[in-house]
Amino acid sequence: MMDSAQNERLLMDAQEVSRALSRISHEILERNKGSQDLALIGIRTGGVYLGQRLVTRIQQIEHCEIPFGELDITLYRDDLSIRKGQPEVRKTSIPFNISDVKIVLVDDVLFTGRTIRAALDSLMDLGRPAEIQLAVLVDRGHRQLPIRANYVGKSIPTAREEKVQVFFEELGQVDRVSIITGSRDV
Amino acid sequence: MTWTRKDLLTITELSVDEIELILTTAESLKEVGDRDIKKVPALRGKTVVNLFFEPSTRTRTSFELAAKRLSADVINFSPSTSSVVKGETLIDTARNIESMQADIIVLRHSSPGAAEHLARFVKSSVINAGDGWHAHPTQALLDVFTIREKKKQIEGLIVVIVGDIAHSRVARSNIAVLTKLGAEVRVAAPPTMLPLYVERLGVKVYYRFEDALNGADVIMMLRLQRERLGRALLPSTREYATLFCLTAERFTLAKPEAIVMHPGPLNRGIEISPAVADSSAAVILDQVSNGVSVRMALMYLLSGAA
Repeated sequence: MMDSAQNERLLMDAQEVSRALSRISHEILERNKGSQDLALIGIRTGGVYLGQRLVTRIQQIEHCEIPFGELDITLYRDDLSIRKGQPEVRKTSIPFNISDVKIVLVDDVLFTGRTIRAALDSLMDLGRPAEIQLAVLVDRGHRQLPIRANYVGKSIPTAREEKVQVFFEELGQVDRVSIITGSRDV
Repeated sequence: MTWTRKDLLTITELSVDEIELILTTAESLKEVGDRDIKKVPALRGKTVVNLFFEPSTRTRTSFELAAKRLSADVINFSPSTSSVVKGETLIDTARNIESMQADIIVLRHSSPGAAEHLARFVKSSVINAGDGWHAHPTQALLDVFTIREKKKQIEGLIVVIVGDIAHSRVARSNIAVLTKLGAEVRVAAPPTMLPLYVERLGVKVYYRFEDALNGADVIMMLRLQRERLGRALLPSTREYATLFCLTAERFTLAKPEAIVMHPGPLNRGIEISPAVADSSAAVILDQVSNGVSVRMALMYLLSGAA
């Protein structure tokens, strides 16, 4: 819920998001020399929408099927034993064998890197991928772990206490990335 | 919603939202059981103690497997090999276990209310895995999970529970959860096996099995607990089998797509015929595997509230 005291500062509009995704699609194909043994896995929830859009674009370019999976990292969080009240567990659904496949992990915002650490551990428990690459729409800095994205929509310097939010058409909003200030749940 | 309870003691205390949260969490966790490596690190470093004062293989194994799939450490404690035979009380036993830093205690006990009593004395979360004739909430939750998986929803379904309702904690907990979620619950049994004023639980009472089956979506058979009863309630086991065994012939009275459930262990030929128990309508083994997912969900949720 948007608080009335909240302010929104736009970082990327719908067109910029769309262009970034198109560029990342090409970069993925370039780096992997085509779509052979390639699969995309989106991290719930934002990464799933972005991943699906990337799959659509790659399939349009290459005219082939790209396997797609959805990953929930809740059970791999590093703060489960510290926080009070368990976060909601959602479904992980990866309908293909990830062993020996080049996986592109997709997330919306790269921040501390802890989500990606959890996602990597989770994938390792599901098989032995040939390679794991990382695509994010926004890299906002402030890493707490040695993690780096292979594909970045936009690098945006932020203050640590700022809140970066990605809005999705799939959730009935206008596609965009914004910094939200004045939010109480920062 | 967020889970805030320390313990899971009965179904009656749960709100519909809490039941929903357990079921959706279990749905998400079910996938872990289909993996090659059936383990996630969510409860790493937590200790689960199975405290079973009554014999059980299925339930204890299910809890043990659920805890292990979440990476918790599990201790199985059975009274025959412990200081309980030396006269230690339940509370003292539990306090000792608690001082070994147990996070969750899973209790099965022959006395109704044992879990609730224990929960007041220990800081650990307590899960009731069956207390006398009173309640068996995890069985009821895995049953509704299985029904929802097969029938998509609970509301509006006709569920028939057949057998010794009076002495069954499974029946009591199932009646509670099914009526809460909006199913029509019918109970069918000889009058000696129905508790007084059973209709106050919100169920319809049938003394003839055939009448209860008309239009049924789910048929839940209870085990005839021969070890508990002696002969007091029935002229003979054979008479019970003649009147209340779910045979293939009786099964045709239910809806064509009806499912058959049983909490196990089966008395083949007494409450359920082999033809029905082994048919595609029987979801008895689904109940067993879903039990692990539901217990994982509970342990996950409880470990955040403790």
